[in-house]
Amino acid sequence: MIVFEDVSHDYGGGRLFGDVSIKLEQGSFHFLTGPSGAGKSTFLKLCYGELTPSAGKVLVMNKDLQGLSRNDLAGMRQRIGVVHQDCQFLDHLSVEQNVALPLSATGRPVPDSDVADLLSWVGLASHAEALPPTLSGGERQRAALARAVISAPNMLLADEPTGNLDWDMSQRLMSLMIELNRMGTAILIATHDLQLIRFAKSQINARVLRIARRKLQVAGADL
Amino acid sequence: MSAGASISRLVVPRRGQSVWLIVLSAGAMAFLAVFALALAVSAAQLAQTWSAALSQTATVRLSAPPEEIDEQTAIVLEVLRTTPGIASAEQIAPEEQAELLEAWLGPDLPLDALPLPRLIEVTETPEGPDRQGLRLRLSAEAPGAVFDDHTRWRRPLAEAAGRLRAVALVSLVLIGGVTSAIIALAASAALASNGQVIRVLRLVGARDRFIARAFVRQISLRAGLGALVGTALALGALAAIPQAGGDVHLLSGFGFSGAGWALPALIPPLAMILAWLASMTTAFQVLRGVT
Repeated sequence: MIVFEDVSHDYGGGRLFGDVSIKLEQGSFHFLTGPSGAGKSTFLKLCYGELTPSAGKVLVMNKDLQGLSRNDLAGMRQRIGVVHQDCQFLDHLSVEQNVALPLSATGRPVPDSDVADLLSWVGLASHAEALPPTLSGGERQRAALARAVISAPNMLLADEPTGNLDWDMSQRLMSLMIELNRMGTAILIATHDLQLIRFAKSQINARVLRIARRKLQVAGADL
Repeated sequence: MSAGASISRLVVPRRGQSVWLIVLSAGAMAFLAVFALALAVSAAQLAQTWSAALSQTATVRLSAPPEEIDEQTAIVLEVLRTTPGIASAEQIAPEEQAELLEAWLGPDLPLDALPLPRLIEVTETPEGPDRQGLRLRLSAEAPGAVFDDHTRWRRPLAEAAGRLRAVALVSLVLIGGVTSAIIALAASAALASNGQVIRVLRLVGARDRFIARAFVRQISLRAGLGALVGTALALGALAAIPQAGGDVHLLSGFGFSGAGWALPALIPPLAMILAWLASMTTAFQVLRGVT
């Protein structure tokens, strides 16, 4: 699904990852942890082509992101759901229009029932007509997750998707992501929340990646 | 509203200074374009009117000693009457001649004391006479007669009208160019001020074509709206110009007439097409520079 081949990225005056090679398989479930500023968001951005590596190659679905045309990169992103830490929306559109955006902006049909079901699942049914600026931080995260999964992507990349949520809602969203993973979606979640990782690991086989001292590690060993 | 309803119409917020910049500039340029178009049409009409007015008329100017002038006038009139291609020939009355000269020489000049030539106004048939043959006959029978078919007046008038029309057409091209440049700048400003919209659309996999179209659609519609208002105002202003009668022929010919009033209707759609081309080109340029 996603392959890093000898990838490094110059960031913050130094080199991140140090020629890392790693493969995230179709249907896999990974957590990405590490202290703030370690490079978790950078790793995610490299995965969907918002950043290009300073060295090495990133292949997504067997295609080198650096070799993709802008159109092909857009097509690739249609198959990847992304939840950004800052949860940006089109602030003049309603929550339901924002959630439907991955389908409507790419010419795919938008089943209204799917949007309504998804908003109910993330607890935002009553906010369907609301504008994003009126939502709380937690509500924005839930709307962002709904938007990321509406198109049933092959891969979900989420940056601190439960950072502003209470434990009940965090569990609920994690259950949604576990369900998606069981249907074949590869999941990569950047998080600090060890309780959440434990909750997920109790239900599925999830690997934990860690960024420490600018290196990507698995089970404490540098990759 | 359905979540997926015509989203390309909605993704770009309908606010910002560029909105008014586009509407105002398209309106102002359309206003000017209507006047430039009116000038072009009027110049063409004027050239045609002047040519038509002069093409079938001629003048015979006769200079002779006072004791011979009446006899020679009669000879010239006879020659003209018997020349094929001449519809009528009539001597201009001395009072009328004095009136014509008064405009140039003033009312106080003693015209009676001046040796003025006799003027004979000639109207030609559509086929016209053999001018060279007529000149030869006149010089043989009345040596002081000069046949003037107004060619030397017609040519400069036609040239002046042609240049006026060229100036108007160049103005139209300049207006189109400036409109395109302003709309390109406005499109660039609109894209720059909507960075978040572009980022979000990119994140969900929208292609450049979709993003560009969303902006271009709004910009073209605003340009069309501005041009429509500008055209309507200019037509109102044109209609309000007093249509002077009598001797003020130049002013009375300015503007459109008949089906010509339909020509300005082309300006709003043309403004939309220009806006579409300028903003589409700019949008793709800007989007190429955004990751």
